[in-house]
Amino acid sequence: MSTVQLLIAGFGGQGVLFAGKFIAYKGLLENKEISWLPSYGPEMRGGTANCSVIVSDTPVGSPIVSTPDVLMVMNLPSLDKYEDAVVLGGKIFVDSTLIDRKVQRTDVDAFYIPATKLAKDAGIPTLANMIMVGKMIKETGIISFDEIEGALKKVVSAKRAELLDYNLKALETGFNYAD
Amino acid sequence: MAEKVLMKGNEAIAEAAIRAGCMHYFGYPITPQTEIAAYMAKRMPKIGGVFLQAESEIAAINMVYGVAGTGLRVMTSSSSPGISLKGEGISYLAGSDLPALIVNVQRGGPGLGGIQPSQSDYFQATRGGGHGDYRLIVMAPASVQEMADMTAKCFDLADKYRMPAMILADGTMGQMMEPVVLPEPTDYDKNKPWAVTGTKCERPHNIINSLYLQPDELEKTNFERFERYKQVEENETLYESFMMDDAEYCIAAFGIAARVAKNAIMAARAEGIKVGMIRPITLWPFPKKPFAEAADKVKAFISVELSMGQMIEDVQLATGCKKPVTLCNRTGGMIPSPEEVLAAIKSVAGGNK
Repeated sequence: MSTVQLLIAGFGGQGVLFAGKFIAYKGLLENKEISWLPSYGPEMRGGTANCSVIVSDTPVGSPIVSTPDVLMVMNLPSLDKYEDAVVLGGKIFVDSTLIDRKVQRTDVDAFYIPATKLAKDAGIPTLANMIMVGKMIKETGIISFDEIEGALKKVVSAKRAELLDYNLKALETGFNYAD
Repeated sequence: MAEKVLMKGNEAIAEAAIRAGCMHYFGYPITPQTEIAAYMAKRMPKIGGVFLQAESEIAAINMVYGVAGTGLRVMTSSSSPGISLKGEGISYLAGSDLPALIVNVQRGGPGLGGIQPSQSDYFQATRGGGHGDYRLIVMAPASVQEMADMTAKCFDLADKYRMPAMILADGTMGQMMEPVVLPEPTDYDKNKPWAVTGTKCERPHNIINSLYLQPDELEKTNFERFERYKQVEENETLYESFMMDDAEYCIAAFGIAARVAKNAIMAARAEGIKVGMIRPITLWPFPKKPFAEAADKVKAFISVELSMGQMIEDVQLATGCKKPVTLCNRTGGMIPSPEEVLAAIKSVAGGNK
């Protein structure tokens, strides 16, 4: 029996909610119990955005993640805000292109991925979010990396099918990234 | 088994309504329920239905009143301040014995309040909201699956008892995504002898009206209506009993508060505190009986609410104040954490587990 509580946070427009939705769908396809809860309201329009995702073997109680097992942050305000909330022994994933400080806590595992730079170098500048997700999957096993395309097809609109390959590339870039 | 899909609670309500045969939606946008209107705007034109964004909430509820008079399934949705505006129309629907679905995805109040989740429209929903002697069937979903299932159920019950039904959700329920199996599309009996559908000169006129100038006539109508309400209370009360078999303490919570409370109950049980929960699924009719029975078994009740304490009054009434009922609450758009609820449980349980 396991439950992973994930919090993804960043600026509106970085694909924070999309990243969470992808993980939720992958969990669903793996027959896990899942919930996805976005922040909504003014923060969606350019401020900070976050979403709570829970992937579990048992029915999900509260969908609100206040003490994440895994934190993925894509801007400094989010790291400042949520670093202390992470559980003891939890994992923090930092986009180190956008956040120039280190995680201060020593009782958690920190991973630094220059996701925004990697995305730019790979010609997929809008997909730093999925690079982060790739690395996060690798280090947490929250969902399996097998048959990852199935879940992508659920969240990438059929009208924008050309984006599937880019998303896949981003996930693989993150998954294979080693610092 | 039908496919599980991921949907927001708001979208699940909209799709379930269409599958229950609702082809008319009238609304006015307000956070956090706008996805219902957006979904309807996209789908209704494709299936020959009507989506209409009215000039105001008041206009929307009166359009609902109009369609309801023809006997067709019809709905509107809004959030707290918008529901207040609809209050008059809801009273007219009730006073004319018309079925309709009203969805309230609550946000913090009073006034314009905020846009974050709340349960502070409990009084409004369960005590009427508009003027006069009437009731609404009020259902409180605690999952996206229930958002879908209750939509179909509300339409059925509204038709059966000729009264408006309300889904009382909150911002969390509306915005969150969970796997949901959507109900199969169903048809409903459109042959309603009271509906205004044109007489074709073959039958006397039907009149939809809530005006009775003769007080004895109005009294008789109200008595008859309350006979129906009594049947609703007898036949349609729903609740979930969670770990109550050996419980020494009982939490009362609905909707998102019940989800949070479940986490706290599991944590308390891990520490040896025997706590359970009665989750009202229908807020009206309120599940009085299970609470009354629990009052003979447990030591105390805790009402967990996203308000200053509204349902707690129904818990006190149902239990005849036999045992203490304390409140664990946040308000204004804040949600109690499982840790806060656990602390409340421990405080009530005191030293004696």
